[in-house]
Amino acid sequence: MAKYLVLIFQDETVTRQSDGESISPAYQEFMQRRAGSLLNGAALQPATTATSIRRDGSGGFSVTDGPFAESKEVLGGYFLVEAGDLDEALEIAKEVPAGIGVEVRPVRMVS
Amino acid sequence: MPAAASSEVAAAVADAHRREWAFVLAATLRVAGDIDKAEEAVQDAYASALATWGPRGIPKNPGAWLTVTARRRALDMHRRAATEQRALPKLLEPEESLTDDQALAAEDIPDDRLRLIFTCCHPALAPDARVALTLRLLCGLSTADIARAFLVPEATIAARITRAKKKIAAARIPYRVPAASELHERIDGVLSVVYLVYTTGHTAPSGADLMRRDLAERGLELAGMLRVLLPKDSDVAGLLALVLLTDARRDARVDHNRELVLLEDQDRSAWDRAAIGEGVALLREALSGRPPSRFALMAAIAAVHDESGSWSGTDWQEILGLYDLLMERWPSPVVQLNRAIALGFAVGPAEGLAELDALGADPQLARYPYLAAARADFLARLGRPGEARVAFEEALILTDNDAERNYLRARLGELPGLTKG
Repeated sequence: MAKYLVLIFQDETVTRQSDGESISPAYQEFMQRRAGSLLNGAALQPATTATSIRRDGSGGFSVTDGPFAESKEVLGGYFLVEAGDLDEALEIAKEVPAGIGVEVRPVRMVS
Repeated sequence: MPAAASSEVAAAVADAHRREWAFVLAATLRVAGDIDKAEEAVQDAYASALATWGPRGIPKNPGAWLTVTARRRALDMHRRAATEQRALPKLLEPEESLTDDQALAAEDIPDDRLRLIFTCCHPALAPDARVALTLRLLCGLSTADIARAFLVPEATIAARITRAKKKIAAARIPYRVPAASELHERIDGVLSVVYLVYTTGHTAPSGADLMRRDLAERGLELAGMLRVLLPKDSDVAGLLALVLLTDARRDARVDHNRELVLLEDQDRSAWDRAAIGEGVALLREALSGRPPSRFALMAAIAAVHDESGSWSGTDWQEILGLYDLLMERWPSPVVQLNRAIALGFAVGPAEGLAELDALGADPQLARYPYLAAARADFLARLGRPGEARVAFEEALILTDNDAERNYLRARLGELPGLTKG
């Protein structure tokens, strides 16, 4: 089995509104259906609450307000899923009721 | 086996390379577990064929000999790697439980070529990587060959292939024929890759010659291979029909100076009747698929031309109707463009031109030379040489293929009312 991180992207205006709400029925349903494959997951606070830290190249940090990459599509949450191969991971990911869509990234195995 | 002369050996190895590469590699991949190791083992097997088929004689079944040799080599490599280190993520777990005898028994080696095709054409890979991987792994083309075929620097193709292989391993793109529920969609992806290989060879996007026959032939071979592996699939039948019906005209498309000859002026007696016959039979089968695929509809259009005795006798109404169906099935600006051209011949150049002008605003066609060339042709037929000149010049700017450029220049030269400015 391999692990994949499913990154959930949403329109920024949507994530702003969803602050504080409970998990939507669509997500609850998905999480129940795929409970056997979901290792972990979370919904994130809006991108406006993000803080980015970049290495400044001389041993220090530059801390800025906002997400790492400015974009209309923002990271709204994630699931860590376990699947036998990419096709299985994509099947699961297609069922995530994400606003815009998801990105599926294999997790690097570190020994 | 009797000893063989070195020229005979070289010819036999070259022939086996062309015919058996995909089978040998696909069978070896199961044992090797990753693509690089499998490729290395298969290359070693071909090298060893060159070295040993002379003194020992050419085996009766070269494909089986190569497969057994490559699988043995992969098993050795795998055992060594297993004791040395934990290797990179694998495409699949090698079949370690196989005993040597089982792994090397030539008669029950399964045909894994279909798995290999679906891996190479997986939608999670970039489209240009799918094409490069397919040519490399299924046709056995070297990186240099692929680079030459697409007129791209070798380093670009090498990077493309390396990146794709890394993704296959890291993301675990499976080595498997897709489940029935997604098979249809995945086959369409494979057919698109094969068709792209064929069309890139049929009309080269750039360069001195109109065609790159080596690439067109690889496209034909791949379409034929798919037909063998998926004999009941009507979409596959449609693609092979399209490629055969298009390729049947190859010898008439250029003259003895390697210049482009348009369909209108082609010597129809030079068309390949055997290919047309085969294509038409496949087309009948392809059209029985409900609804017919876009490849089947395009093949049907090609068949109308192929079966018409002359340009003037072409049934343009039939072609127009087929383009209407194609627009329903596969709406795209390029199909619309071709439909407009058919309309111009079915109804009249003024009607065709009006449709083409309406397409002028489409951003997808902004740099598409055939739009300007088609406008130019209708303008010339309508006796509007000044506007035709502008359109031919625009087409010339957008065209990189020398044979097509020469044709456009010739048409420019034929326009009446040319005055030195």
